[in-house]
Amino acid sequence: MLHTLVALVDDKPGVLTRVASLFRRLSINIISLTVGHSEQPHVSRITIVAEAAPGSGHRIKASLFKLENVIDVDDVGQLSCVTRELALIKVAATAQTRTAIFQLAEIYRARVVDLAPESLMLEITGQASKIEGLIQVLSEGDNQILEIARSGRMVMRRGQHTSRVLEAMQMSSPEEEPVVPITANAGDSLGSLPVSNPLLEQ
Amino acid sequence: MSEQPIPETTQPIRLTGAEIVWATLVGEGVRDVFGYPGGAILPIYDALRKYPIRHVLVRHEQGAAHAADGYARASGKVGVAIGTSGPGATNLVTGIATAMMDSIPMVCITGQISSKLLGTDAFQEVDITGITLPITKHNFIVTRAQDVASTLRLAFRIARSGRPGPVLVDITKDAQQAVAAFDFDAAAPEPQRPHPMLSAEHDAILEAVKLITTAKRPIILAGHGILGANAMEQVRTLAERLQIPVASTLLGLGAFPASHELSLGMMGMHGEPWVNQAIQQSDLLIACGMRFDDRVTGVLASYAPNAKKIHIEIDPSEINKNVKADIPLIGDLREILETILPLIVPRNDSTWLHAVNALKGDAAVRDIKNLPDLGHLYAAHVIHDLWRVTGGKAIVVTDVGQHQMWEAQYYKHEAPRSLITSGGLGTMGFALPAAIGA
Repeated sequence: MLHTLVALVDDKPGVLTRVASLFRRLSINIISLTVGHSEQPHVSRITIVAEAAPGSGHRIKASLFKLENVIDVDDVGQLSCVTRELALIKVAATAQTRTAIFQLAEIYRARVVDLAPESLMLEITGQASKIEGLIQVLSEGDNQILEIARSGRMVMRRGQHTSRVLEAMQMSSPEEEPVVPITANAGDSLGSLPVSNPLLEQ
Repeated sequence: MSEQPIPETTQPIRLTGAEIVWATLVGEGVRDVFGYPGGAILPIYDALRKYPIRHVLVRHEQGAAHAADGYARASGKVGVAIGTSGPGATNLVTGIATAMMDSIPMVCITGQISSKLLGTDAFQEVDITGITLPITKHNFIVTRAQDVASTLRLAFRIARSGRPGPVLVDITKDAQQAVAAFDFDAAAPEPQRPHPMLSAEHDAILEAVKLITTAKRPIILAGHGILGANAMEQVRTLAERLQIPVASTLLGLGAFPASHELSLGMMGMHGEPWVNQAIQQSDLLIACGMRFDDRVTGVLASYAPNAKKIHIEIDPSEINKNVKADIPLIGDLREILETILPLIVPRNDSTWLHAVNALKGDAAVRDIKNLPDLGHLYAAHVIHDLWRVTGGKAIVVTDVGQHQMWEAQYYKHEAPRSLITSGGLGTMGFALPAAIGA
């Protein structure tokens, strides 16, 4: 099954190697790896999606904690969270064929970010299934996809760190709330973004 | 003895990176190091004579690593090995891996070519932090003299803390030669972040106590972690209070006195059959600082099928790795046992002990006593005689193989740190340098 882990690590040279090397040692294939700055200075945030046996989440998390540069690890697993990926797609398009692609882009809420005489570039953000949907529709038409760049997945838990909002609403900590199923599935409806946090809607 | 006064380790003073290395080691309580000089580590060797540290010169860096390892196993202190860049560093690798597999606190210091040449394939350059990444608990490369003290102090903290292990510090030649302010106290590492996965909550403790007090056929599995946590007395108290037999792992030998009536000796592939039979028949295994290695469990599917398992362990990644724990207690073994012990009401029911002793029969003495005296030397006799002659008080260092298992079976270890042997990695050639270190 797919495990999704979010790790906060020291922003130092070699740290990514240590994290990636750990997965190699455990013979776990990384499906997606995204690294960037976090809200704290000198701390990077890594989102790792990996294919591993169902019960192995605890061990992966514990092994990550053994790395000196790892500050925190969250095994988001099946918890309610927002998952996003960004893709840049370059499609061959002439002045005559552009309009059809513009329409597709609009349906998928993709944006045209570059336009050249013989090609255009689309930017799309969403869950992997939404991005794959656009790619599929584009390639089923007569369009020639020239390049695809995908960012890998980024994940953020719903609720957890917004305790002040929840306190103001006199709600208990989201940690104690039952796990809210992921209500948004971009694969079900084209380009529809997840609804707002169901906790806040109550 | 020293030609110059020893720099005060508590006051800021300007020293070269090389001098800071020794001053920091002195501050960390190091008295002996093992190593072999070479080009990229020469500034450090030049500075050695100013400091009250005994250097043991080896003939190969692997020997230095094993000696530092043996020193750490025998003393409980952090062992220090030193080598130069390139081949000096790669020669340490087997020794570092040996220490890693057996959780031995060790700091290895390697010289490195000047920082401005890094990555150019300069003479005797090797990416030793890359090479040792999977076989160290952590490693560092230091390129500035002002980082030497804080890095080394952090390295010692990492080597000692939690589940111990080897740490490598690679210091470039320019960092050894440059001058920086040295203040031992100011270089202290920041307080350690509490490990969020340690958990020995009250409910789990109570449940463990309930299992321990109601078990009919419990066995304590004594591992190497007992030495690290200094929990010999607590394990012994627990065993005595409820008459629980104690089986040891190879590296756990000595953690529980072998002559104790509750001692079963070594478990696993090379243990006595009746010890393993007892474990298979048990209804509760109390695993203390051990990791259910494959030499211990054999086929996992049929390992102690009727036993509940309480796994007390400092490293959360060992929980449920090989054997599923019914009650994992993650944390310092000594602290956890000290929480458990007051809740245990002593019981003097030795039915289970008698049953185990019946399994044992005369097997333990048979090998030694019943061998015909044909004028041949038998290993069992030899080791037994060595034990008798030394009064069981020697520190025994073994290599790897059949003689290692003979030793483990026939030398009765009463005290911790009296057996020094490469368990996890099984490194042949370990014994001689480790004995020098011990």
